[in-house]
Amino acid sequence: MTRTDPANGTPDRPAGPTVPASAPDPAADFAGDLSADLAGLAADAPPGLLDRIAARRARVPGPLPDLHVAFTDRGVAFLRAGLDADAFTAAFRERFARPLLPADRPPAGLVPALRTGRAAGVPLDLRGLSEFEAAVLRAAAAIPRGQTRPYAWVAREAGHPRAVRAAGTALGRNPVPLLIPCHRVTRSDGSAGQYVFGADAKLRLLRGEDVDVDAVADLARHGTRLIGSDTTGIVCYPTCGDARRITPAHRRGFANLAAARAAGYRPCARCRPA
Amino acid sequence: MLNRSDGNTEAPAIGDASAARDVPAPPDERGAEVAAALAGDLDTGFAVLYEAYRGVVFSTALRLCGRWAEAEDLAAEAFLRAYRALCGYEPDRIAELRPRAWLLTILMNLWRNGLRSAARRPRPGPLEDAGDPPDPAEGVEDAAARHETGRELAALLAGLPERQRAAVVLRHVADLPVAEIADVLGLPQGTVKSHISRGLARLRAARENDQGTRRPAQRGGNR
Repeated sequence: MTRTDPANGTPDRPAGPTVPASAPDPAADFAGDLSADLAGLAADAPPGLLDRIAARRARVPGPLPDLHVAFTDRGVAFLRAGLDADAFTAAFRERFARPLLPADRPPAGLVPALRTGRAAGVPLDLRGLSEFEAAVLRAAAAIPRGQTRPYAWVAREAGHPRAVRAAGTALGRNPVPLLIPCHRVTRSDGSAGQYVFGADAKLRLLRGEDVDVDAVADLARHGTRLIGSDTTGIVCYPTCGDARRITPAHRRGFANLAAARAAGYRPCARCRPA
Repeated sequence: MLNRSDGNTEAPAIGDASAARDVPAPPDERGAEVAAALAGDLDTGFAVLYEAYRGVVFSTALRLCGRWAEAEDLAAEAFLRAYRALCGYEPDRIAELRPRAWLLTILMNLWRNGLRSAARRPRPGPLEDAGDPPDPAEGVEDAAARHETGRELAALLAGLPERQRAAVVLRHVADLPVAEIADVLGLPQGTVKSHISRGLARLRAARENDQGTRRPAQRGGNR
């Protein structure tokens, strides 16, 4: 190789003090210090770039022990209970394959939302879910605190009334339990059903929201899944706010919506029994 | 579409007579520290990796793409791919990593793949400016001149053939040594030097041609 190395070879100009990039020599404007001009094209990464790559994690107080959340620049993406920071990071990596770095503080509004069980205002990042999963979770997110709905209701609200089992599976994969309150989805036989943090935790959470799980189970055991008022002719889920206001003298139980309709009742517009 | 005149290592290098100022490029000084951090804990290590190389990765992406938004996408994707690759590496492999070259190799592959798909769709938006575009009627003087120089140079750079642009950006914007560029591009060092030399010569010639013309960006391209 006899060729001159353009990158590391000898410069043709006489050695001397190098001209700082901040003070360009007008005479050398075009033929001159190309390499310094090119070096001047370097740019630092914009401040928001890291948050497009990595998520942040924070430990938060809430109704379950050892709660950790992971959140991106779009919202909360992952919530798990009962794990330490390392196990949470490993679980997040397994599912999302993104870096997870500690946060200075949890996202605004998250802690009050967990305390009150009213999480509708917390931004969520639900990228990576299928359309069906997202529809199921949106349906579950609409269940008010202190109320429960059966899996069949969620499937119908998600636009797939026959996909009851699939809706259950989608709820089981809920990346943000509590924030999307999948614990408020229960079996139509009155039992609580499965939960990502275990059936006991589900019952504890529901009791914490003043759901009378025993009364609901008792009703279901006797074949009553809906409660109607004989003064309004409206039929509700037992935990619906409107059903709870019916005085005992006017409560009427039904096994299902067809039976209620046959008796001249119409479904509640709020809890929309399926 | 590529390789109209670049890539021929046997042709004599041109432009050496006015070769750019020779400042030896620093080696990957933080490589060992970053590799050790990654081997210790992947997520903590990633933060160290990002801190050490965000500037070089973003600068390279910006001057390869020419557009700010594309550069952000490209840089973010490169870091994410890097993390995902690291998830599958054994600790030994991570410890032996030369992180800067490895990261830039990922970036370069993404960029080249992106070029291939970009060829099939229109590219929206103007080329990224190095600074606020000054009034073209104004003279090239003082601080405005420097902005203008950067803006024009960025446009000329964006007009270089792919390999020359990659080599020039890695050598003179990212400030990598030739040996490391050879690793990143998967080319012999002599070929890398030839690409750099030809790219610089082309930039220099384009700058000279553009003296006094109004639309320099339109003339730098040759593709």
